[in-house]
Amino acid sequence: MSDRTPERLTVFKTYKLYVGGKFPRSESGRVYEVTDSKGNWLANAPLSSRKDARDAVVAARKAFGGWSGATAYNRGQVLYRVAEMLEGRREQFVREVAEAEGLSKAKAAAQVDAAVDRWVWYAGWTDKIAQVVGGGNPVAGPFFNLSSPEPTGVVAVLAPQKSSFLGLVSVLAPVIATGNTAVVIASERAPLPALSLGEVLATSDVPGGVVNVLSGRTAEIAAPLAAHQDVNAIDLAGADEALAKELEIAAADNLKRVLRPQPVDDWTATPGTDRMTAFLETKTVWHPTGSLGASGSSY
Amino acid sequence: MASAFEYAPAPESRAIADIAPSYGLFIDGEFTDAADGKVFKTLSPSTEEVLSEVARAGAEDVDRAVKAARRAFAKWSALPGSERAKYLFRIARIIQERSRELAVLETLDNGKPIKETRDADLPLVAAHFFYYAGWADKLDHAGFGANPRPLGVAGQVIPWNFPLLMLAWKIAPALATGNTVVLKPAETTPLSALFFADICRQAGLPNGVVNILPGYGDAGAALVAHPDVNKVAFTGSTAVGKEIARTVAGTRKKLTLELGGKGANIVFDDAPIDQAVEGIVTGIFFNQGQVCCAGSRLLVQESVQEELLESLKSRLSTLRLGDPLDKNTDIGAINSAEQLARITALAERGEAEGAERWSPACELPSSGYWFAPTLFTGVTQAHTIARDEIFGPVLSVLTFRTPDEAVAKANNTQYGLSAGIWTEKGSRILAVANKLRAGVIWSNTFNKFDPTSPFGGYKESGFGREGGRHGLEAYLDV
Amino acid sequence: MPTTAPNGPSAPTASAAAHALSDVTASDAALRRFLHGLPGVDAVGLEARAASLGTRSIKTTSKAYAIDLAISMVDLTTLEGADTPGKVRALGAKAVHPDPTDRTTPTTAAVCVYPDMVAVAKEAVAGSGVKVASVATAFPAGRATLGVKLADVREAVAAGADEIDMVIDRGAFLAGHFMKVYDEIVAVKEACGTSARLKVIFETGELSTYDNIRRASWLGMLAGADFIKTSTGKVAVNATPANTLLMLQAVRDFRAQTGIQVGVKPAGGIRTSKDAIKFLVLVNETAGEDWLDNHWFRFGASSLLNDLLMQRQKLATGRYSGPDYVTVD
Repeated sequence: MSDRTPERLTVFKTYKLYVGGKFPRSESGRVYEVTDSKGNWLANAPLSSRKDARDAVVAARKAFGGWSGATAYNRGQVLYRVAEMLEGRREQFVREVAEAEGLSKAKAAAQVDAAVDRWVWYAGWTDKIAQVVGGGNPVAGPFFNLSSPEPTGVVAVLAPQKSSFLGLVSVLAPVIATGNTAVVIASERAPLPALSLGEVLATSDVPGGVVNVLSGRTAEIAAPLAAHQDVNAIDLAGADEALAKELEIAAADNLKRVLRPQPVDDWTATPGTDRMTAFLETKTVWHPTGSLGASGSSY
Repeated sequence: MASAFEYAPAPESRAIADIAPSYGLFIDGEFTDAADGKVFKTLSPSTEEVLSEVARAGAEDVDRAVKAARRAFAKWSALPGSERAKYLFRIARIIQERSRELAVLETLDNGKPIKETRDADLPLVAAHFFYYAGWADKLDHAGFGANPRPLGVAGQVIPWNFPLLMLAWKIAPALATGNTVVLKPAETTPLSALFFADICRQAGLPNGVVNILPGYGDAGAALVAHPDVNKVAFTGSTAVGKEIARTVAGTRKKLTLELGGKGANIVFDDAPIDQAVEGIVTGIFFNQGQVCCAGSRLLVQESVQEELLESLKSRLSTLRLGDPLDKNTDIGAINSAEQLARITALAERGEAEGAERWSPACELPSSGYWFAPTLFTGVTQAHTIARDEIFGPVLSVLTFRTPDEAVAKANNTQYGLSAGIWTEKGSRILAVANKLRAGVIWSNTFNKFDPTSPFGGYKESGFGREGGRHGLEAYLDV
Repeated sequence: MPTTAPNGPSAPTASAAAHALSDVTASDAALRRFLHGLPGVDAVGLEARAASLGTRSIKTTSKAYAIDLAISMVDLTTLEGADTPGKVRALGAKAVHPDPTDRTTPTTAAVCVYPDMVAVAKEAVAGSGVKVASVATAFPAGRATLGVKLADVREAVAAGADEIDMVIDRGAFLAGHFMKVYDEIVAVKEACGTSARLKVIFETGELSTYDNIRRASWLGMLAGADFIKTSTGKVAVNATPANTLLMLQAVRDFRAQTGIQVGVKPAGGIRTSKDAIKFLVLVNETAGEDWLDNHWFRFGASSLLNDLLMQRQKLATGRYSGPDYVTVD
């Protein structure tokens, strides 16, 4: 906080959850203290409960039909809009990331820039991934046969614990680019950039409920999500080995698609398509063709 | 059935399949006894006759087989893809040469009609090996990056409904990508996998690349849990699939599951009725309904229900049930006493819950495991027979009024493997196909399979795809 | 063994009975709506079903039964510009005694000739029970005025034809003038009087689509056809298992709705016993056993008969026969 204007007290921001397009406090009414890397108080973040997780799933499910049914072009426009909005609030995020991760301003700026660029990258993917991973199959018979990717549904995302913003965007953007909706658990220690991202999403034409951001104890919130019968998949990026195993076991109850945590040294590296395909189903549709030919009436 | 034109019996000669009195486990290129000396009998479900006595694998045998597969992996994965391809082409060709023998064998061990093993199972088995053979030296172009690497040892557990075809779905892509395999066939249908071991021998496949472990669930569990297995592939029930998912949790094992289903076959009022009737019959009575992607729920538009059911019933009256080796048999035996008991219990539950049961006049043989083609009308979403997978020749008939209602009912299940759509209106097909949450949608057809066409489910029907370019991913480190 | 036809048509014909569907022919528009409202046909599914029935394995006693049944269903046909009284007499003799070495062989159902040969044919089969069928209505093209067509029919009937095989006006059908096609069939039916049964030929190869074949089937039956028949044998594509299966579904459905039974005659392209047996399986499993009788199912064929006879000899003797052991007529 600046001390050059002692006569004016700065206005703190109350950090809230982002659920169903709205900014509720935690249903528990509880918060926890968020500090910077040196232990200085930054803010109180909502301490989400099981019920917050449940509400977030309801919101994500409600949003799934519209978002997955939107045209890929439209989703691309919306994701690009997120990049635009983020660019406009660049300074805020540079500050939040610097404080959260103990980075110099330059390094934090590099993270935020990379995050903006990542939205742009995935904005461009929305209407291409189907062409890359889908296609016609030359079956040995008079049938038209087409495989296309479809979003898996509601995806619980445990955001990376260390990379509070670029890591978050890198796991969230691919989930929603393909038409899934997400319930994101922010980095436990550094949740503020994620909660602020909710504010950006709310003003970026992302329909309410497509992304829901929760903060709190990762293990506490993740357990009900992993066991939730209306969650279709879970990304364990932010789980340690023991938690990942526990959640993967819980996820087996309704055969969630599980993306296990993978070591990531450098979130700025260009991602491949893996994070998109992890939450895509392949649907294959058959239809008879006739044959036009000398055999006569066959259509 | 016309009384004037009865078809005389036309049995395929069973002598063509020379079944030995006993078989061992196939480990490291050799047939061996189980470490604990245990054996089990495999029966012909149509007669209950014992076909052979087969070694029963235990945990120690699993370990032996995995070690053999691990030893073989280094050389096999280092072979140029073009060489691996040639082994698979050889296997495909030998299967074609021996297809009549294998069809008879499969019919004997499984109980399904020879018409199906001859015209569906075996051609698809050969085609599957042929298809993946061609991929072995083209993996760089499969869309998984340059030089994608195999995973290592694949542990594969397959069901009894399409024993050799499921083996092909598992082994062909695994070998093409450079993995070695340990495969456990189902306890009621071990024979075709053991004949396949002999085909591997004829093809000159290096020892240890394919290991076959006949056995029960305990052997499957040991295989899945073995620490030196890198890949687990399972086809079977959803309950076991969940157990496997728990077992591999927290490991680096890659997992694909192809599980149960409760497929909706949706018939709109403008459907090509005669073909829809055929599609319904194929959908639920192919392989006695013991098909994970069976169209076991018929959703018919209320306005054509009467007409459709009348046609369907008269068509069912022409189905010929009996000796699976008879070339004119349409409906064979249920695979096991256990499965028959499950089907019987669920059908009784359907009656008890108030659905109306109907079967054509149909004489069942006195020995063996048989169940008459059965349909239930007046079924609602709340009935057990509309929700639980029966895995038998039992069709539940439900009605709907609008396309939205059809989609809602079709999707109202924990499964998501297959669905059918029957309508002459193209835009309706595409709209409905788009909204159905299922991995395979057959429009104006049903139960069609092809090695190039990815197969697999949404939701609790499992994950991963088998077949096509997509099927390679399950066996590559990508 | 149903080698002889029942005495005269047993069911009422459409023109006689005011059946359940009479209002659909009330106007051109009503008829069009009805025909276009028939369920569509999926070509691949239809052909797959026909092919699957073709894999039925018919052996031993069933095969003997099927071969005799097929012989009894043959409309032994000669429709050549070069037909002469001698040729037609030879054909008649063959129809009456298909296998001169074996008098247990059933007679064929009919001989089928051009109208000017009816009298000769009638004399050749006299007393045998073999019917004489005559093509008419400017066969095979059907491109003549209605007056000419009706005169063609009347002369054939007057000469003693038991059955008339007419061709529909495919041009009118393809142009969508269904009522014109309908009226013409009704008029021909009337010209047949009570003595001759009417077979209506669609020339399925020219109608081209299965949907058209289903529509033509219903159109023909509504107009009073006693038989619906695939082809003239004069175009590239004639009877196929699939188009015959489709027509069998149509007669089955028509009887279910109206109570009127109509026969089916695939013609052209059926040359072997194996093929003929496949068609009988189609009849058996689609329309049902009521149609397994030469009053309700016919094969329009010529070379088929000799193959049936060779197969019959093979079954009797256990040896394969050869073309020198059947008569060339």
